[in-house]
Amino acid sequence: MKAAAFAYARATSVANALELLAAHGDRAKVLSGGQSLMPAMNLRLVSPDIVVDIGGLHELGGFTLKKDILVIGALTRHVDLLRSGEVAVHAPLLRDAVAHVAHPAIRNRGTLGGSLAHADPASELPACAVTLDATIVVRSAGGERRIAAGEFFRGIYETALSSEELLVAVELPVAGEGSTFFFQEFARRHGDYAIAGLAARSVVKSGTFADLQLGFFAVGDRPLLAVAARRLINVSITPVTVAEAVAALTDELDPQEDQLASAAMRRHLAGVLLRRCVATLLSRPELDVGVAE
Amino acid sequence: MTVTRAAVDPLSVLDRPNSYIGKTVPRPNLDRLLQGRGQYVSDLELPRMAHVVFLRSPYAHAKIVAINADIAKRMPGVISVVTGRELEAVITPWVGVLSHLKGLKSAPQYAIAIDRVCWQGEAVAAIVATNRAAAEDAMEKVAVDYEELEAVTDMRTALDPSTPVIHPSLGDNLAFERIHSAGDVDHAFSESDAVVEADFVFGRHTGVTLEPRAVVADWNAAEARLTIYQGTQAPHMVQNIAALHLGLKDAQVRVVCNDVGGSFGIKVHIYADEMATYALSKLLRRPVKFVADRIESFNTDIHARDHRCKGRVGVRQDGTITAFEIDDLTGIGPYSMYPRTSAIEANQVVNLVGGPYITQNYRARARVVFQNKNVMCQYRAVGHPIACSVTEGLVDLAAAKIGMDPVEIRRRNLIADNAYPCASPSGMKFEQLSHHASLAKLLQMMRYDALRTEQAALRKRNIHRGIGIASFIEVTNPSAAFYGVGGAKISSQDGVAVRMDAQGSVICQTSITEQGQGSESLTAQIVGSVLGVSMERVRVILGDTDNTPYGGGTWASRGAGIGGEAALQAAKILRSNIVDVAAAILQSNPAALDIVDNHVVNTSDGVPRIELNELARIVYFRPDTLPPGIQPELMATRHFVPRQYPFAFTNGVQASWLEVDTDTGFVKLLKHWVVEDCGTIINPQLVDEQIRGGVVQGLGAALFEKCIYDERGQLINANMADYLVPMSGEMPDIEVAHVVSPTLESELGAKGAGEAGTAGAAAAVANAVNDALRPFGATITEIPLTPQVILTALGRI
Amino acid sequence: MTAPVPVSLLVNGDPVEAIVLPRLNLADFLRDNLKLTGTHVGCEHGVCGACTVRVNGEIVRSCLILAVQAQGSSVETIEGLSDSGEIADLQAAFRERNALQCGYCTPGMLITAQDLLKHTSAPDRGAIRDHLSGNYCRCTGYQAIVDAVEATARARAERST
Repeated sequence: MKAAAFAYARATSVANALELLAAHGDRAKVLSGGQSLMPAMNLRLVSPDIVVDIGGLHELGGFTLKKDILVIGALTRHVDLLRSGEVAVHAPLLRDAVAHVAHPAIRNRGTLGGSLAHADPASELPACAVTLDATIVVRSAGGERRIAAGEFFRGIYETALSSEELLVAVELPVAGEGSTFFFQEFARRHGDYAIAGLAARSVVKSGTFADLQLGFFAVGDRPLLAVAARRLINVSITPVTVAEAVAALTDELDPQEDQLASAAMRRHLAGVLLRRCVATLLSRPELDVGVAE
Repeated sequence: MTVTRAAVDPLSVLDRPNSYIGKTVPRPNLDRLLQGRGQYVSDLELPRMAHVVFLRSPYAHAKIVAINADIAKRMPGVISVVTGRELEAVITPWVGVLSHLKGLKSAPQYAIAIDRVCWQGEAVAAIVATNRAAAEDAMEKVAVDYEELEAVTDMRTALDPSTPVIHPSLGDNLAFERIHSAGDVDHAFSESDAVVEADFVFGRHTGVTLEPRAVVADWNAAEARLTIYQGTQAPHMVQNIAALHLGLKDAQVRVVCNDVGGSFGIKVHIYADEMATYALSKLLRRPVKFVADRIESFNTDIHARDHRCKGRVGVRQDGTITAFEIDDLTGIGPYSMYPRTSAIEANQVVNLVGGPYITQNYRARARVVFQNKNVMCQYRAVGHPIACSVTEGLVDLAAAKIGMDPVEIRRRNLIADNAYPCASPSGMKFEQLSHHASLAKLLQMMRYDALRTEQAALRKRNIHRGIGIASFIEVTNPSAAFYGVGGAKISSQDGVAVRMDAQGSVICQTSITEQGQGSESLTAQIVGSVLGVSMERVRVILGDTDNTPYGGGTWASRGAGIGGEAALQAAKILRSNIVDVAAAILQSNPAALDIVDNHVVNTSDGVPRIELNELARIVYFRPDTLPPGIQPELMATRHFVPRQYPFAFTNGVQASWLEVDTDTGFVKLLKHWVVEDCGTIINPQLVDEQIRGGVVQGLGAALFEKCIYDERGQLINANMADYLVPMSGEMPDIEVAHVVSPTLESELGAKGAGEAGTAGAAAAVANAVNDALRPFGATITEIPLTPQVILTALGRI
Repeated sequence: MTAPVPVSLLVNGDPVEAIVLPRLNLADFLRDNLKLTGTHVGCEHGVCGACTVRVNGEIVRSCLILAVQAQGSSVETIEGLSDSGEIADLQAAFRERNALQCGYCTPGMLITAQDLLKHTSAPDRGAIRDHLSGNYCRCTGYQAIVDAVEATARARAERST
């Protein structure tokens, strides 16, 4: 199991990387952390003509706080998200999510930009981006585009990114006063891809949701911001309203079937996640008791 | 530890001063592995060594119409592209049958497929190049024209008249059938208060050794000799088979087995690609290396289990189990594996079901069918997890039916500890087992009653925990009854040679092999103890057919019991020879001398008389000073094979404590307990670790592992991201304890322990899950117990 | 363009200059080019952890890094960590506890465990299991490994107080 031959270019700058991508188009692959690309190349599932290594581009790293926006460079590694003070304060959901991503050795290499650009529907960070209303900043030789996360993910491993574009940064609105977060996923083993997962953000006022964003993942071909969440905003939450939201969510989802789970199971687990999320965010454990379906 | 019998002889060789027997001592030579300085076959490089990759069939069943390798042959680094037809001139095909498995049939299998492929992953061409990457590049350019044939995949329909016959010359897809009947089952059922039945389903598993199968074959044309470096459990078997099919004498083949990155039965077979590698070396007159990559491992390492077993049990209201009945079906792939055959697991299921229990009413049928999937064969605890899960699942169902505690029904039906020797209804002879002592110890260890109380309290809070118990018996120390009587040239005896070097140290050559179980350690412990030599002075050589006595190797939990006894007997002879020489040198009487702590000492007062170093100096360099007529023999060889019992059965019991999330179907393992009786324990730590490792393989089977095939015979999870092996995060701590009933068939008294953990773990987990789900009225008799399976049983999805 | 490219790095403290094909991953580079065969290859798709090494002090899967990506890096393998004595106590604890059988996972397991011990002074068993959860061991059942890491953490904590 050895990768097919390819040419290698170590980008010296973002501009240089963009030139290389412009020259080679979809025959090129961007190598960032490599934690998804390398297995695919080793298995010869992907055989690019050229690999453009952006790993040395320090301009793509780091955190910048611009007013109420936290800008995170695309090359920021999972481990940096886990350790960053800025993330802990301004985007705690990301930190909670990253703890579920694979294993320490993978998190030391894998990058935020790589994870988003790879767009595995079962992965955590795309869902967080959607939940947090992130903006994905991409650049090409022609200039910069800023794409709402909700528009960025198009399908399994499919994004709005063209083969000549490079994902350079992610902009996250900082966690506002009163925002609370919930992250949970059901994975068979520590670090496995989820069978179903939920990244949620809420604003709870006087025991009700003033705002609620539910970003489900692994239950469709891309992260899904559940419309069903709206049923829970500004209403008094009872087992009935939760059950109605679960039913609405179940209708809304169109999950894939694979060897881990049937579509029905994914729908079911998404409902469990919704219930657990609401119970946790409202600190009302009784809302998660007694599954009667 | 509970000892059910007094030690054989209080003054035996096991009880000498400074004995290592029964003591935890670190394995010698671990530093090599701890520093990354082991020598695995995958590490090996030889001058002019080429690398082979195999182009493998993408179809489960297809005709090979044409192979065009013209482009591939011209690729950089390519040495040769060889088809099955070309290789046939160098190596003959084989048929994996044994005569004692009456009626077992199989078709000739070739090192590389000729004309037809019978499973996805069967090799159709070998590409030999200067390095693996170049070989893979060329492999992409080999064009094969296939004509896809209908694949037989579902074992349940393999025997239907409408299903194609995979090997027309065999007449049907039935490889083997065994029917067994003992006692009067119909009568027993009719006299029962309840008869409970269930269909038990077992997933296909595979071994997933961390180091894949690896072989370097080095044909030396000038010597006309083939050296095979291979991670194998049975070097002499490989020698014999390679020689047989390459048209060589055994003496022309040397098999060397250094460090092996995990075996578990996976590396005790002869695989077609390994045979092809031997043949390629001979054909190309140079060393050829084959290391399976992980995808090849999943597609070609033997698979195991994959049984569907219908089971019935009869029970009376007082808990008496009246009869067991099973109807087992398994699909083994397109060929019976060579040379051990693929009928053994089903045969073993028939042998073992009901084994711990008193009832003599037992009826069984086992059918083994061909299918177009990867081959199946013996993997750790062959047949045991199936037999144990069926038996223990039925016992729990019976207990639930009559409202009896699972422990109580076992107490009433397990064979009494004082009832031995006796035989099971399948004809298995038991020398001495300890089911009741083991169960008693287990209950104490796990605080069974307190756990039941805790379980009841938690249920009220909607937390669903379960307790599962599984008693088991385990086949170890196999005699020739396993393979030899059926005509296989697989040795059931082992040999050990011990000799003293010129500095009074000991070199010990043994035919058992090491894959991490501790064969080196137990051999050194036995030899050191018997000789009175410290372990640091004992060097153990194994895994080399040129340099060890002839023997079986390490499999079926035979290393300690058989190889260990041979070591003991050889060391006894050497000790006697040393004492004779010492008596001559010291002008004493051999009976007045002993060896303790590297010195010959007076038996009476323990006073040291001569260091072994000095004795060796005299023997080797100044024999002229010895009295006339003395010819010291500081080397001794002994062989051992069990004769009285075909197998040294061991027994034990396991318990699992787990929690089921009834919303998600996820199972959290909280704790696992094992009590095991493997007779004499040579190194408690090594035995416990064998058991823990075995348990975790069983837990993997119970919860995670399954080779998933689609209806066209495609293995769809042939990688480590999708085939879920147990990892540290999900595994519980495992408490292990022992009861000791030594076998009297050897002076050592050791039985095996390698299968015990795997034998009972899945049954304990399945029973615990069902125990947890009892309030929901759900019963599951299928493994792996995935969230999908559990949620389905709960009616949640 | 698929031609070999030069790479220079430190391996176990020694400068290494090599010309490698871009497709060569770091695991194969260490094993085949430098003959440091203590870095084991178990799956080549980043799941088993056998090939774990340290690059610039951080643990990584060497099958998921190209050798050319290690340009300018400091790579440490089990051989280096053994010779420097950095993990001698951890290795002794593994030996004492028989926390290895076939030994194939052991280099990766040791390096991953050492990573945990560097970052966390008193990890509990859950944290140890979590940190090691990407390293596959088929032989031991993990408990002995967890025990050995726990014992090493305790011993180090005692030494540092």
